[in-house]
Amino acid sequence: MSFDFLTDENRIFTNLYGQKDRSLKGVKGRGHWDGTGDILGKGRDWIVQEMKDSGLRGRGGAGFPTGLKWSFMPKESDGRPHYLVVNADESEPGTCKDREIMRHDPHTLVEGCLIASFAMGANAAYIYIRGEYVREKEALQRAIDEAYEDGLIGKNACGSGFDFDCYLSHGAGAYICGEETALIESLEGKKGMPRLKPPFPANVGLYGCPSTVNNVESIAVVPTILRRGASWFASYGRERNAGTKVFAISGHVNRPCVVEEAMSIPFQDLIDRHCGGFRGGYENMKAVIPGGSSVPCLTNAQAKDVLMDFDALSELKSGLGTAAVIVMDESTDIIKAIWRLSKFYKHESCGQCTPCREGTGWMMRVMDRLVEGRAAVEEIDMLLEVTKQVEGHTICALGDAAAWPIQGLIRNFRGEIEERIRALDTGRVTAAVAAE
Amino acid sequence: MSTRRLADDRFQPDSFEFTPENAEWVKTQVAKFPEGRQASAVIPLLWRAQEQGGWVTRAAIEHIALRLDMPVIRVLEVATFYFMFQLAPTGENAHVQVCGTTPCMLCGAESLVAVCERVIGPMHAVSTDGTLSWEEVECLGACANAPMAQIDSWVKGGFHSDYYEDMDEAGFEAILEAFRKGDYPKPGSQKGRFASEPLGEQTSLTADHIEKHNAAVSAALSEGAA
Repeated sequence: MSFDFLTDENRIFTNLYGQKDRSLKGVKGRGHWDGTGDILGKGRDWIVQEMKDSGLRGRGGAGFPTGLKWSFMPKESDGRPHYLVVNADESEPGTCKDREIMRHDPHTLVEGCLIASFAMGANAAYIYIRGEYVREKEALQRAIDEAYEDGLIGKNACGSGFDFDCYLSHGAGAYICGEETALIESLEGKKGMPRLKPPFPANVGLYGCPSTVNNVESIAVVPTILRRGASWFASYGRERNAGTKVFAISGHVNRPCVVEEAMSIPFQDLIDRHCGGFRGGYENMKAVIPGGSSVPCLTNAQAKDVLMDFDALSELKSGLGTAAVIVMDESTDIIKAIWRLSKFYKHESCGQCTPCREGTGWMMRVMDRLVEGRAAVEEIDMLLEVTKQVEGHTICALGDAAAWPIQGLIRNFRGEIEERIRALDTGRVTAAVAAE
Repeated sequence: MSTRRLADDRFQPDSFEFTPENAEWVKTQVAKFPEGRQASAVIPLLWRAQEQGGWVTRAAIEHIALRLDMPVIRVLEVATFYFMFQLAPTGENAHVQVCGTTPCMLCGAESLVAVCERVIGPMHAVSTDGTLSWEEVECLGACANAPMAQIDSWVKGGFHSDYYEDMDEAGFEAILEAFRKGDYPKPGSQKGRFASEPLGEQTSLTADHIEKHNAAVSAALSEGAA
């Protein structure tokens, strides 16, 4: 049976590519900002319950249920303001989905900010966008300005009696600021170094106040979910993997793209339908990183029938992450591809925790040699051991993220690494014999 | 992480002031944050200083510290922690940032790096004619349009920051030469894609196309790109 592909009338992001009218009038014509005041009128509890019922899991990588996260915020203020903080620091290699939302469908995010803030008793939201997204920042600011001018946000937002301010700030090129507490530090004007948890942001977040940090896509889907109903959203994807999802496909497919599809779409269907198939056919695919650079890669055989959702990919010891699919064909030097990720994590380690600061450099230097085969076979296990010593021994997950791609490489392509070491050895022996 | 230090004293100007327009803009940024939390504006202010002068000078750091009532060391920490802050002079016309991370590497980023080395010179050095500089950076988040580069430019009377996507070597070299002459080439996909839809026939969102360019390209065209 073939997969039931998502149709345009059921897409949340109706202008993902920006080809349709981007003015506020055009946005409203596509159903956004419709009855937002009425949604707020249904009350905080209804909104949070509806979000829980929808089954939405956070779209930033970890997949934590969004409605549940919101319910951690204090019900009543103890005098401190509450804040919604939107994580628009999209920096996970392979990931380019929030960019399209912010530059082409930014009103979905602004409207989502209003509703989510209301549901958490926050009168202000801060959106923290990565510094490199200069044009996206401009487009999003324009949408915020339009919403203010139209009375959709600001005092008495949408005529609801609720006052809401939405502010846009930005980073300046640090991957670590995608980690929620590092993001908060950065928003406070400091170096982006993650905080120890607890206390969790829901108790002590931005400026020491209760805060919730959500990914752009998690917030931007909220208005449509509430308008069309939790059960509509939950009708897509398998149980515990509900909804539609924006996938970003890069690498060796015929037509890379960003596209919104239903969750749990079979991997091959996703690529065949939207990306014009694999370069050289599926049999020519060597490996795929299914959820952004931090998740381990899968082999051709493993990925053959996999469904693109949280549970199916974690069963294979990988993950959906941000749904950033990086496809690599047989021409790829897989050791080098993963080495480049090691270089990335070394570059982006904030330096706070020793296992990560030292470990990422250590791992990269061993990977440097594995790319050339300049190593002993025993060093593969030593590298694996080092990844285990970094993993789980740092304040934030960057250490884990640096360890997992290498673990995936060794698990799936150990033979190739050994072969390269032996090839260099043989070369040496041959050269030595020839020299005699 | 890497060690980043301020440029040598011989490059450092004696003073820094925001232009009158930028000084007004600074007020709007500080106003976004609660009373006593003006330090939150430090990244936007440093970035504006870089837009204004091409790089972040010690004088700019000291000026911003004073403006935000922060110890200079705190601003210095921020300026050296975040990689987008250029701590030494960059090319007068443009600073090119080639994405080198795996998704771009798989699609040919290494050949773009080679073009930079040939056309501009070694990484982080300003070209001999003073117009261009370049560096390899980590993932810029445009992976479905790989390989790509972000080019910050000071041409056509203003500052611009754009993504040049779906590039090949020859096209990239032509873009660099255009910036060298002070032109402002059109950013976005160099393969004719509108945005991040699949090249050729679209598989979704096929109706009601009325916009001529995507949001990023439209913004650049309004600033004089051609």
